Amino acid sequence: MYKIAKENLSALFRMIAEKQELYLPIKTAGQTNFKTWTEEAEVDLDTLKTVKSPKDAFFPQSENLYSVKKEGKKLHVEPEALKDQDFVVFGMKACDVQAVQVLDKVFLTDPVDTFYAARRKHGTIVAMACHEPEESCFCKVFGIDCAEPVADVAVWMVEENLYWKPLTEKGDALTEAVKELMDDADQSEEEKVEAEKTAIRSIVEKLPYSHLSLDGWNGDALTEKFNSPIWEKLYKPCLACGTCTFVCPTCQCYDIKDYDTGHGVQRYRCWDSCMYSDFTMMAHGNNRTSQMQRFRQRFMHKLVYFPANNDGMYSCVGCGRCVEKCPASLNIVKVIKSFQKAGGEK
Amino acid sequence: MQAIIDRAKELLADGTVARVLGWRAGDLPYNPEPAYFETEESLKDFVYNGFCGANLSKYMIEASKLEGKTLVCLKPCDTYSFNQLIKEHRVDREKAYIIGVGCKGKLDIEKIRNMGIKGIESISGAEISDEADTLTIQTIYGEKTCAYADAMLERCHVCKGKEHKIYDEIIGESKDTKDADRFDEVKRIEAMSPEEKFAFFQSELSKCIRCNACRNVCPACSCRKCVFDGNKFDSSQKANADSFEEKMFHIIRAFHVAGRCTDCGECSRVCPQGIPLHLFNRKFIKDIDELYGEYQAGEDTESKAPLTNFTFDDAEPSIVGKRG
Amino acid sequence: MSIEAKEEFRPKIVAFCCNWCSYAGADLAGSSRLTYPADVKIIRVPCSCRVNPMFILRAFEKGADGVIMCGCHPGDCHYSTGNYYARRRMTLLFSMLDYIGVENGRTRVEWVSAAEGVKFSQTMNEFVEKIYSLGKNVRLEDLRCRQ
Repeated sequence: MYKIAKENLSALFRMIAEKQELYLPIKTAGQTNFKTWTEEAEVDLDTLKTVKSPKDAFFPQSENLYSVKKEGKKLHVEPEALKDQDFVVFGMKACDVQAVQVLDKVFLTDPVDTFYAARRKHGTIVAMACHEPEESCFCKVFGIDCAEPVADVAVWMVEENLYWKPLTEKGDALTEAVKELMDDADQSEEEKVEAEKTAIRSIVEKLPYSHLSLDGWNGDALTEKFNSPIWEKLYKPCLACGTCTFVCPTCQCYDIKDYDTGHGVQRYRCWDSCMYSDFTMMAHGNNRTSQMQRFRQRFMHKLVYFPANNDGMYSCVGCGRCVEKCPASLNIVKVIKSFQKAGGEK
Repeated sequence: MQAIIDRAKELLADGTVARVLGWRAGDLPYNPEPAYFETEESLKDFVYNGFCGANLSKYMIEASKLEGKTLVCLKPCDTYSFNQLIKEHRVDREKAYIIGVGCKGKLDIEKIRNMGIKGIESISGAEISDEADTLTIQTIYGEKTCAYADAMLERCHVCKGKEHKIYDEIIGESKDTKDADRFDEVKRIEAMSPEEKFAFFQSELSKCIRCNACRNVCPACSCRKCVFDGNKFDSSQKANADSFEEKMFHIIRAFHVAGRCTDCGECSRVCPQGIPLHLFNRKFIKDIDELYGEYQAGEDTESKAPLTNFTFDDAEPSIVGKRG
Repeated sequence: MSIEAKEEFRPKIVAFCCNWCSYAGADLAGSSRLTYPADVKIIRVPCSCRVNPMFILRAFEKGADGVIMCGCHPGDCHYSTGNYYARRRMTLLFSMLDYIGVENGRTRVEWVSAAEGVKFSQTMNEFVEKIYSLGKNVRLEDLRCRQ
């Protein structure tokens, strides 16, 4: 394990950014989101949750697939280049790292998404333990340990130092590149990190959502959950906006659209939201015609369809962003609890 | 709060109303959700406190299509939206039984979080009956306090007044929480140089994730199909594909409600990225007031809206830039 | 501005002209052999009131450097009151564009009657000159549309 003093972090970021692109939480106009590091950027490692998840680093909200250009009477198709430069994402949390595993299941199984695969190949993840978890967090429910993130490098902020522990080959390579800025951590400091982990875990135990039960949510529950009358009540406050989907680290649905540039066409893909009325619109129309169906889709996907197709892996990681951001105060926890309550009453 | 529940039970029991539209207690101290209650029994989950900021007028568009009357709880500022919806024939007055609920300013959980208060377990002082002007917040990281006024939504600092504009009955006292002029921020921006203005809006709008929450929550945005949802329209309605799109969306969103926006502040309340969206709407309101005479949308159900009206000697568009 | 600089930058200007007055005004300018720059592309609309704010923004998005709207003089609208509504709308929109930092002068409204061929040509010459001095539109540009 290595260490670096907090006041030297900007030197560390500068050194990483010299060789590769560096994404990390940056505060702009009062809100913290993952962005590319620049000398002027205000790095904010204290905010626990960025508004948008770091999903953008691997699966951006919108990206070009190819462009079509008119040259005389001929059309010229130019595919978008794949990511071919290494980059680092610094400061992802354990839940966000798990979310990347979820995305891997979708994009790296056959047929492999080449855009995503290229980004995964070139990206190194430096994950940070959650110093002060919050009441909206429920990563523990999904078996995630936010005190000990599993990524290429794991880091902890303890007192005046950042402790750095490479876990993979990519992590070793990055460590090698920035080693000159860091010192070895001694035994007493390793113990401090252990103490920090214990402290984090004890806070997690106290969080209100940490003991949420996922009983009954699995691939086998499909018909029973799908046909439940509870949805009809639950969806009512939903405004059909896409906030939950767009702040979610695991939502992976996208739409492919064409944009007329006046001198050609740009084909791009962008995140879609199952909350929107044109979600999965086809020539014959839409297969989910009511907001109840769209609302149900989101939670069924995360808690039933996804585990059914991926050996029980849920596509929710308990980051709690939707808990904080839903304009109508709806969220996946309320859904889980409503079913539990109804089940108990029967 | 109990008075509202009791009255709601009475009205449900005697068949005056078929359902109650209010707020259901959340599972955290600050997240009650808008909800329908159809039985007296279900009202045990009814809640009304400082975190019930949601403007229920919008839900009345759907409720007006249901069988029977809906009891709806409206705060003073929500009644402006309701009036405006009546004017536009989007809600049915006959289908609503309006209880004007008292309000002493609504709270913004984001403001509390921005004070560094996290790990919230319970909050006291947010009840309507509480006289205290301080919130006491129990957190995993110890007890914290903050002034009620410091945690209030932006819109409550420019409160339109404690008067309900439309109601069947009023339950509870309201307080005028205004302590700032609603055009101050607009004036501050107007005074900037074009470069500063551009930089300001560019940085705010660059946060936009195109979630459409501002549009969907807006009681004035009541079109069945939004122009931005048309599939013939090549604008990327749901992607931050280019910074132009954000400007276009927010200008048009505000323009489409110009003269109809009651300044209820829901757009800014719900924005996940904390973009001060009301600055667009208020610019239009300020211009309308200055150029076409003071106008408050939702004040009544009869008056002509500024953009569906004119006078022969209106200002010419060239006035922009000539004004100081 | 020097001639060389003008050659580097050819502005694209969109003019929305109402069918009854301004479009006929443009026609008269043409048949009277009055000149106005070819940078102005006219889009005929049934009435100035047909122009909604989205038209203006979309024109900028797709590469216009200036947008001008022309209609009948107030009081002379073919549909009696269309241009009065248009006047309020454009005033508010232009004020909003100014508010978000778009250079004043990229947008303009001018009332041109069917008999005012001279005014049409003068207005367009003036407006094109103004856009030359403002330069390329970058603040309301969609980068995807850049050539």
